Amino acid sequence: MENRPLEYDYTVAKMFMLTTIALGIVGMLIGVILAFELAFPGINTILGSGLAEFTNFSRLRPLHTDSVIFGFTVSGIFATWYYVGQRVLKVSMAESSLLMFLGKLQFWLYVITVAAVVVSLLAGETTSKEYAEFEWPIDIAIVVVWVLFGVNMFGLIGLRREKSLYISVWYYIATFLGIAMLYLFNNMEVPTWLATSAAGETHIGDWFHSVSMYAGTNDALVQWWYGHNAVAFGFTVPIVAMIYYFLPKESGQAIYSYKLSLLSFWGLMFVYLWAGGHHLLYSTVPDWVQTMGSIFSVVLILPSWGSAINMLLTMKGEWQQVAASPLIKFMVLGSTFYMFSTLEGPIQAIKSVNAIAHFTDWIVGHVHDGVLGWVGFMIMAALYHMAPRVFKREIYSKSLMASQFWIQTLGVVLYFTSMWIAGITQGMMWRAHDEFGNLAYSFIDTVTVLHPYYAIRGVGGLLYLTGFLMFAYNIYKTMTAGKRLDSEPANASPMGA
Amino acid sequence: MFHWLEKHPFFFAVGVFAAIAFAGLVEIVPNFAQQSRPVIGTTPYSTLELAGRQVYIKNSCNACHSQLIRPFKSETDRYGHYSLSGEYAYDRPFLWGSKRTGPDLHRVGNYRTTDWHENHMKDPAAIVPGSIMPKYTWLYKNVTDIDTAFAEQLTDAQFFAVPYNKPVPMKDGSTKIVKLGKSVAEANAMALAEAKIVAKDMKDQDIKDAIASGKIPEIVALIAYLNSLK
Repeated sequence: MENRPLEYDYTVAKMFMLTTIALGIVGMLIGVILAFELAFPGINTILGSGLAEFTNFSRLRPLHTDSVIFGFTVSGIFATWYYVGQRVLKVSMAESSLLMFLGKLQFWLYVITVAAVVVSLLAGETTSKEYAEFEWPIDIAIVVVWVLFGVNMFGLIGLRREKSLYISVWYYIATFLGIAMLYLFNNMEVPTWLATSAAGETHIGDWFHSVSMYAGTNDALVQWWYGHNAVAFGFTVPIVAMIYYFLPKESGQAIYSYKLSLLSFWGLMFVYLWAGGHHLLYSTVPDWVQTMGSIFSVVLILPSWGSAINMLLTMKGEWQQVAASPLIKFMVLGSTFYMFSTLEGPIQAIKSVNAIAHFTDWIVGHVHDGVLGWVGFMIMAALYHMAPRVFKREIYSKSLMASQFWIQTLGVVLYFTSMWIAGITQGMMWRAHDEFGNLAYSFIDTVTVLHPYYAIRGVGGLLYLTGFLMFAYNIYKTMTAGKRLDSEPANASPMGA
Repeated sequence: MFHWLEKHPFFFAVGVFAAIAFAGLVEIVPNFAQQSRPVIGTTPYSTLELAGRQVYIKNSCNACHSQLIRPFKSETDRYGHYSLSGEYAYDRPFLWGSKRTGPDLHRVGNYRTTDWHENHMKDPAAIVPGSIMPKYTWLYKNVTDIDTAFAEQLTDAQFFAVPYNKPVPMKDGSTKIVKLGKSVAEANAMALAEAKIVAKDMKDQDIKDAIASGKIPEIVALIAYLNSLK
């Protein structure tokens, strides 16, 4: 065919880049508010007692988790797919008007769904299951958005010119399949109108209300099979997809080892799903499920570190780029946080450690060193890499990017160190007995002691949010005022120069 | 084999799906064959209790409070007997929570009273100095949605064989029947009758007035639910 490079069409990628940034700001802002509410409870009524229902900790908490998971991260997954997918499959979105239409449809349906989620969670319409709080009408909308994503993914794959699927595509396929399976099974619920219509009424009470298909212990088992693996297929698999593409592209280095990526991929797929039981240690789920959860969590270090080491060794011989380019810094520190987080998790999954760690802030700290240090850094790095190529303009400010990196790194460190101390302190105080065998502390003693750590965590979160706003500003200025580029920046970092 | 898979997306996807679905098949499916049976003394929720449970969920109480007592001395000393699987037989969804910013509530009905909850929910720090729990003032104004709770009961009875209107064995050898209203009107009347019993122990005049006019503030339903946790 014609001998010129393909022109890729980034319309849909751009749309999702915007929601990544917008929903990132929303989710992180709510997170910072929540953090300070725990340190200074007066903030619960920050908009007056009339609106306290909508600003208090418990009502906002699901909105925080869901807007960073389904808003920031999922948008980031979509945005990078609509960029990476075309490039590694060597096919342009512009070649199929159907795929283009479905991509845009997916975007607008996604925006509508997000709006519905915000309204319903603020109103307190929730199923209570973590990261699966939505009632069935929203669940159906989410499934449709996800199916459209899948149709687009396999559509592009069907049209591909490059016959071999690049590693990133493996991970995107796994993301699609994994989330689809988990989401469907965990959200099995019976709408109440099914029963009431049988009783001769159209509906009684809220028409959108439903009852979980599973009860008690079984419900917990399905929920944490979901909850744990939503982390796998939302915060790990697609983020690995991104780094496998963006690190080699940005650094100009080839992936260190194909065999290691093979081992890590298939290992991760097989092992990850078993580990959900570690959320239920010492609960009423069968003991063997708990033990399996513990063991497989430790085994999980292997494939997780496989990917991370593969990434770090990709930089072999080119470490000066880490010093020179803030973009490479984000990805290298991201892999490092990934290693750190995937070691910390298995440690917490050991039964005797879990006895202290469960229900405490140490778990919160663990989630956040993974999400802030790994997921957040990688998605921002991906968008920084994409921006000059998508908008055909140079990044507005490299020095702003460098300061952002250090501010956010400090934020993450303050966050997880304070939460470690808080969690272990509280866990030890709960179990402390005095010389007569009575409990040494009342519950409130174990709460008031956490105040300084909650305050430090709030500051850490605020620093991270500040960095994210700098990122948003930098991307905005790149779009509007960055120096125009005639051709794409070369592989080796444009920052390196 | 891997090279071949990487050129054949369909089979690749099938392979991935088999790898990820395997754990669920082994770990989860067998447990459904063995549905947890209620322990003796566990009864289905009454309409008011279930409405209170919905208030609990609506305000994400489970974001800060667990309902799972682990089998450690420190926990049984603090909260009572460790939790048993059968006690959750009628819990749809389960409300174990994942974080104890506040204490566990699985047996809160054993050691807190209606009176205590009434004062505590209005201003937690006034009852427990140093508490970081927010004030839940709107619970005293919002009216409980009994209709939705009734719809949930109908669903429970019809789809999940929850034994409403049937004798349930109790610990002392007797049996107890939890009645399910025949109509929306009857369900509301039953809930109101139960709410009156709870409100008798409350001091807030607005609550008493609301109950007298046939409305059930959310706090009353929530307390009925918390009192049922034993």
